[in-house]
Amino acid sequence: MLNKIQRILIELANIHRFVMRFYREVFRPPYEFKEIVRQCYEVGWKSLPLISLTGFITGVVFTNQSRPSLAEFGATSWLPALISIAIIRALAPLVTALIASGKVGSQIGAELGSMKVTEQIDAMEVSGTNPFKFLVVSRVLATTITIPILSFYTAAVALFGAFLSVNRVEDTSFRVYFDQVFDAVTYLDIFSLVLKAVVFGFTIGIVGCYQGYHSSKGTEGVGRAANWAVVMSMFLVFIEEILIVQIIQAMRA
Amino acid sequence: MLKTGGHINHDVQVITVKHVSKSFGDNHVLRDVDLELFQGENLVVLGRSGTGKSVLIKLISGLLRPDSGTVEVLGEHVDELDDKALQRLRLKIGFSFQNSALYDSMTVRENLEFPLVRNKRHLSRAEINHEVEDVLDAVGLMQAINQMPSELSGGQRKRIGIARTLILRPEIMLYDEPTAGLDPITCIEVNGLINEVQEKYKTSSIIITHDLACAKSVGDRIVMLLDGKFERQGSFDEIFETEDNRVKPFYDYNFIT
Repeated sequence: MLNKIQRILIELANIHRFVMRFYREVFRPPYEFKEIVRQCYEVGWKSLPLISLTGFITGVVFTNQSRPSLAEFGATSWLPALISIAIIRALAPLVTALIASGKVGSQIGAELGSMKVTEQIDAMEVSGTNPFKFLVVSRVLATTITIPILSFYTAAVALFGAFLSVNRVEDTSFRVYFDQVFDAVTYLDIFSLVLKAVVFGFTIGIVGCYQGYHSSKGTEGVGRAANWAVVMSMFLVFIEEILIVQIIQAMRA
Repeated sequence: MLKTGGHINHDVQVITVKHVSKSFGDNHVLRDVDLELFQGENLVVLGRSGTGKSVLIKLISGLLRPDSGTVEVLGEHVDELDDKALQRLRLKIGFSFQNSALYDSMTVRENLEFPLVRNKRHLSRAEINHEVEDVLDAVGLMQAINQMPSELSGGQRKRIGIARTLILRPEIMLYDEPTAGLDPITCIEVNGLINEVQEKYKTSSIIITHDLACAKSVGDRIVMLLDGKFERQGSFDEIFETEDNRVKPFYDYNFIT
């Protein structure tokens, strides 16, 4: 039992050191701009098809599920406002983060894990290159930059999916629908989306990198790194969601 | 191919290891080890798997820190250097990994350019191309320049791994099991390459191996790691002039007596 507690404390200390090292290295030249752009492409562009599909389905399904409850009170005209608040405040950043945890987090964990066990990270280190800056900083920055952009994209696609449903059933025009959508959204909602997405993006990047960078025990370790990257980042995303909602509520009050 | 003999300067020690010990948990891998490498020398470290041979060169390159003792490389104490100074020192040390450790996601050209563009930022594109072609020519693999590591054979990967270290013109080369997993013909080629590197680039090298054919053809001096200590050293013949049961099976197995 004592050993287990000791192991957990050591692990927490290691994570703390890893995050602090990120903040130290991120501002220190030289900067790996080319690698950051490449990682943004890997994280952002290559996630687009999956994000598009998921966002669209989220919009359609959420609208269809919400309609009966509003219809009971004859309030289906509030659908666009309800949808926009739900999507901007909660669904867009959350859905994007969960998809990215699965796709990007596991990819980063497996890639770095594989580089670790095949000594590629050591090879960078002994050739006078800082592997942390090249591998970790670039990936964490890429997820922190692209997840907010993807979240806005998810929101746009989800709102469009919702529009198709609203247009089909309620016969609402494109202009009226989007007027109601934007009327319902405040700057604080947009801020909340950006804040969540930045925090989620950082979390997914740093967790994936940490798991991969510290993997061991050969191919088994690579699998474990990928697996833990997904599990840990999803878990932390939900915890962060709860905390940020509390902060935003306090700001709203 | 046997060694023709290098130009060893016994007055200059490029690596000095003094009273170094290293343990992993209860596993005491190195116990109070002393070692020196002279300028221009090819030193072979022989030993069974798991005896700490690779740990030794990781201590020399600063990838690991000793529990006690000192490691001095080119006049600098590795264990006392900060990150920046260690990075500078590492430019003078080439490390050839057992599994080559080529970057999977990059072509051979990108693998070779990687350390160059990050450590010699003043070089022009033409100069980088020239350097890449020069080291590829040295290892005889010019045709592989645009291939991915996954498309190369084990021997080719080893050569490219050596080329990637040579591109920074190191003064010291550390080879970790350079012939492991290769067929005998490729082993001969890799051994020849190690000797060529010593001749052409005037490097001092430590070669970690348990392949006696490799030890015989590349080693100016051989040390044998037994039970965490260097208990025997000398020329190839001197090392095996013994009835020690920890040493004899090595020779008997490799030369099938």
